[in-house]
Amino acid sequence: MRRQFSALHVAILCLGIGVLYVPIVVLIGYSFNASPMVNVWGGFSTIWYSRLLHHQNLLDSALLSLEVAMCAASIAVVLGTLAAIALVRFARFPGRFLLSAMVTAPLVMPEVITGIALLLLFVSLLHTFSWPHRGFFTIVFAHATFCIAYVTVTVQSRLHGADQSLEEAAMDLGAGPGRAFIDITLPLIAPAIISGWLLSFTLSLDDLVSSSFMAGPSTNTLPMLIYSKVKLGLSPVINALATLIIVAVGAGVICAGWMMRRAEARHELEMHEAERLNAAPRVPDLRERVPRAVRSPS
Amino acid sequence: MNRTRHARRWLIILPPLLFLLIFFLVPFFYTLKISFAESVIRIPPFTDIFTRTADHRLHLTLDLNNFRRLFTEEVYGLAYLFSLRTAFFSTLTCLLLGYPIAYAMSRAPRATQKVLLLAIILPFWTSFLLRVYALEAVIQNDGILNMLLLRLGLISHPLVIMHTNLAIYIGIVYSYLPYMVLPLFATLQKLDPALLEAASDLGSPPWRAFLDITLPLSLPGIIAGSMLVFIPAVGEFVIPSLLGGPGNLMIGRVLWDEFFTNHDWPVASAVAIAFVVLLVGPIAIYQYFSARHLES
Repeated sequence: MRRQFSALHVAILCLGIGVLYVPIVVLIGYSFNASPMVNVWGGFSTIWYSRLLHHQNLLDSALLSLEVAMCAASIAVVLGTLAAIALVRFARFPGRFLLSAMVTAPLVMPEVITGIALLLLFVSLLHTFSWPHRGFFTIVFAHATFCIAYVTVTVQSRLHGADQSLEEAAMDLGAGPGRAFIDITLPLIAPAIISGWLLSFTLSLDDLVSSSFMAGPSTNTLPMLIYSKVKLGLSPVINALATLIIVAVGAGVICAGWMMRRAEARHELEMHEAERLNAAPRVPDLRERVPRAVRSPS
Repeated sequence: MNRTRHARRWLIILPPLLFLLIFFLVPFFYTLKISFAESVIRIPPFTDIFTRTADHRLHLTLDLNNFRRLFTEEVYGLAYLFSLRTAFFSTLTCLLLGYPIAYAMSRAPRATQKVLLLAIILPFWTSFLLRVYALEAVIQNDGILNMLLLRLGLISHPLVIMHTNLAIYIGIVYSYLPYMVLPLFATLQKLDPALLEAASDLGSPPWRAFLDITLPLSLPGIIAGSMLVFIPAVGEFVIPSLLGGPGNLMIGRVLWDEFFTNHDWPVASAVAIAFVVLLVGPIAIYQYFSARHLES
């Protein structure tokens, strides 16, 4: 029986996914509204975009947020990848359960709680050691903490799928485990690492709650600024800003996805080619008959 | 050889382990400690539960007042109940809306599935804050929704949705729907069509096959998706504070106010600790199912 894809299914999908996009489309439409009354159409205009450029606070905040996101994503991608390797490759080690629990918990833990908890720690550290002052670095650490979770989950599933026999083959040919990992497995999991970084970057760029707890008096990230304006109601300048952010992120994600798919396709083609070349005289693989324990003495 | 391999292992394990210990786990114990302190006016604004007496002995003073207040002051109980109820009904709505979407997606041709998946994931990448803000333009009194309904003659006066509890529900369902659809789709897609075929060969009508086969087999997806919506929804801050009414009692907001407006850190810590205790069950369920999902 072939799975049917009926008109009803198409209707459900159009409606369901369409509804997700309606508010965003409305927002983009309103950003070109000449009238300062957001809900009253006053003709097409790009006046709010030019206003944006003269909004110094906003530009400063945007720059700060980009810097924070850059640092947080880079820390998260390194630590998250290490955690994923540890969880997938090392079956038993003391603290394994703790690590896997701590890695997944921030995915669901409400940020208000983690924010307060981390702030309390920083405040008393500051009281005892006169360090760290709340600001750039405290925000970066808070963001990195929840971003690690996303990186680990992404890399973990990719590592599960990666063929470990290739790495074993490299080691049989004399490469050390580190070398084999860097030459063989790292390129295989690179797409997951890249998307982990991108996801962390956007999550950090968007974060309001953690930043509010971590920010010092002079650090105002972009979401904090947006929130304080939006709290007062709809604002045409924010509509323009939101449109820019949404379009930039959307385009970035689609481009990254497309590039990764192309790299993937090329990789698959190469693997296919290699298999075809190898297929000719098939030598029986003796390794399959040798118990694993004998194969890799450790 | 064994030694160096062992050492190298720890080079991989230790950095993330230590980082998460310091920035994730230790803060919780610290919050627990402060929840037993008394609020005082100084910096930091709470007493130390460990004090040294003149003869250098360590004294531990545990003040249970903050926890007692959680039970005696009505506002906290109401806030927990309201948050749990809101999260529960939003999760249910997400499930009822998300299941048909995920189901239809799993039936789509493979090439279409990729596009649909991207369409579901894309809002997840775009700013959460901005999506909630965008919703405001739709559900306002003079927003698109009311304009449409008035034009169609379905209503004679604009519906007041903004700043009500309904707005919070709409906000949560709208923002978290992708979190429900993705795990559901993942389980439904793996479903073996041969099972449904067998059921229909044995004379089972489609609705029966759905109840007996599809629904039970998609249970892990249902649970994972529900937890993925429920847990963050309980602690949601942005949605109730932007869309909800001024006095709504979502626990995330109560915590925020306790912290930033009342500056009562020990009580805020107690609220947070009680909150974590409340969420341990759902989080454990989620962990269990996501771990099983990763292994398969």
